[in-house]
Amino acid sequence: MIALDNVTKTYPGNVQALRGISLRVEKGEFVFVVGESGSGKTTLFKLLLKELEPTSGAIYINNKNLGKLRRKRVPILRRGIGVVFQDFRLLKDRTVYENIAFAQRVVGVPARNIRKNVMAVLALVGLTDKAKSRPDELSGGEQQRVALARALVNNPPLLLADEPTGNLDPKNSWEIMKLLEAINMRGTTVLVVTHNKEIVERMKKRVISMDKGLIVNDEKKGGYYYE
Amino acid sequence: MSSFFYSIKQGIKNIFRNRLFSLASIGTITACLFLFGVFFCLVMNFQSIFQEVETTVGVTVFFDEGTAEDRIMAIKSDIETLDSVEEVLYTSPEQAWEDYKEKAFPDGDNEVLTNLDNDNPLADSASLAVYLNDAATQEDVVSYIEKIENVRTVNSSQSVADSMASIGRLISYVSLAIIVILMGVAIFLISNTVMIGVTVRKEEIAIMKYLGATDFFVRGPFLVEGLLIGAVGSLIPVCVLYFLYDKVVEFVTERFAILNSILVFTPSLEVFRLLLPVSLIIGLGIGFFGSYFTLIKHVRV
Ligand SMILES: Nc1ncnc2c1ncn2[C@@H]1O[C@H](COP(=O)(O)OP(=O)(O)OP(=O)(O)O)[C@@H](O)[C@H]1O
Ligand SMILES: [Mg+2]
Repeated sequence: MIALDNVTKTYPGNVQALRGISLRVEKGEFVFVVGESGSGKTTLFKLLLKELEPTSGAIYINNKNLGKLRRKRVPILRRGIGVVFQDFRLLKDRTVYENIAFAQRVVGVPARNIRKNVMAVLALVGLTDKAKSRPDELSGGEQQRVALARALVNNPPLLLADEPTGNLDPKNSWEIMKLLEAINMRGTTVLVVTHNKEIVERMKKRVISMDKGLIVNDEKKGGYYYE
Repeated sequence: MSSFFYSIKQGIKNIFRNRLFSLASIGTITACLFLFGVFFCLVMNFQSIFQEVETTVGVTVFFDEGTAEDRIMAIKSDIETLDSVEEVLYTSPEQAWEDYKEKAFPDGDNEVLTNLDNDNPLADSASLAVYLNDAATQEDVVSYIEKIENVRTVNSSQSVADSMASIGRLISYVSLAIIVILMGVAIFLISNTVMIGVTVRKEEIAIMKYLGATDFFVRGPFLVEGLLIGAVGSLIPVCVLYFLYDKVVEFVTERFAILNSILVFTPSLEVFRLLLPVSLIIGLGIGFFGSYFTLIKHVRV
């Protein structure tokens, strides 16, 4: 599903965010990416979305070389990747329903199918009764579930979550993680960046640890490496 | 298809969210195209007046005071022998007087003028109208006629046409300069309007990109915004001019009744059948370029 060959990324000002990363993630895997602040986790996600170009090395998603992907095809790539952020990034002037329907409209889903798809994904994240609420009427955990629903409504085979529980209390964090696990069990490949050591150790999933732009450990069955 | 309607809906929303700048943009385009419209009407009418002048007047020959009709007829035959002359028509003083009265008071006899019938003020206004079959030979014909004895003056449409053309040219240059400046201002204002919209909706645009929106989808609403501003800004001046046009024509026709034979105005329908699409294209063009360059620069997937 994902393959990186010796990828480096140097930002202007000679900031070396990634210093040679090689990595393989198979279809259907659930992977935690951990590492202290500034180790390059978000940079890695941005490269996968082709929001940034690597300075050197090659990135493949579904055996397609992103370096050879024409600009016109970038939207197609992104439609196959759901993204969730720490700060939710919901549109505050729209209801929960509209936020999710928006994702369908962007990719040109026919209007008659949108309602059914949105209601199905709202049921998945357990927010059917909040469809008409606005984001600021919801708790942080609920907002993140809306963001998750929006990321999933177009059925992407890959989900990237960048510190999805960073703003949540332990209970809500755990619920979001369980939701991600459920989504993974339906077949979606999931990558989660987190600083939550406790959760990582309880979940017993693959853990990639990064430090200063390098992968320093790749643990197949759980274990938070970085101290 | 649904993304097409989405663009239009969002584009209209943008305009209202951004009222002040949208109005400023519309105002500038309106001013620009109003000027253009006035200029356009003038040019179209100048053209029709030129044509009128050329086909009706050709060359007119007037004679010294007291030149006998026989002598005039002799000169007429002389001119008729020239190759490039198509036809020569004689207008007697009496006829000239009748023509004048007709033009000045088309509705009927005027007592004051009728009283003058026996003391014709135009007694020495007998003339020959010379029609040419080739306008290029006019200069030669005029200099030939001027040398004939008893010929007082030769009026040729060329001089009238020339001075009209130079006035016309001056008006064109000044108007064109103003139009170009206003166009520049309009493009600048529209690109600012669109830029404000882009800034306000930065968050939304960022999300759209993550969701896999195409450039076209993200830019669509802003392009629609620019085009709508351009369309409104071009329709306003055309409508205003349409109502003004007939009023002005009416006014000029009443005030300068004597000139009615020269001043033939182009019918408003004919002017606006051309002005409407031309203005619309310019307005849409301004709207398109104003928004497109901003979008190319600032909104990329
Ligand atoms: N746009 C940028 N320009 C310059 N330097 C950048 C830019 N974005 C990130 N960096 C730098 O690159 C390095 C890696 O940043 P990145 O955001 O990938 O870290 P991270 O692992 O996600 O950290 P955190 O856990 O705090 O989110 C940092 O040193 C950061 O300062
Ligand atoms: Mg980060």
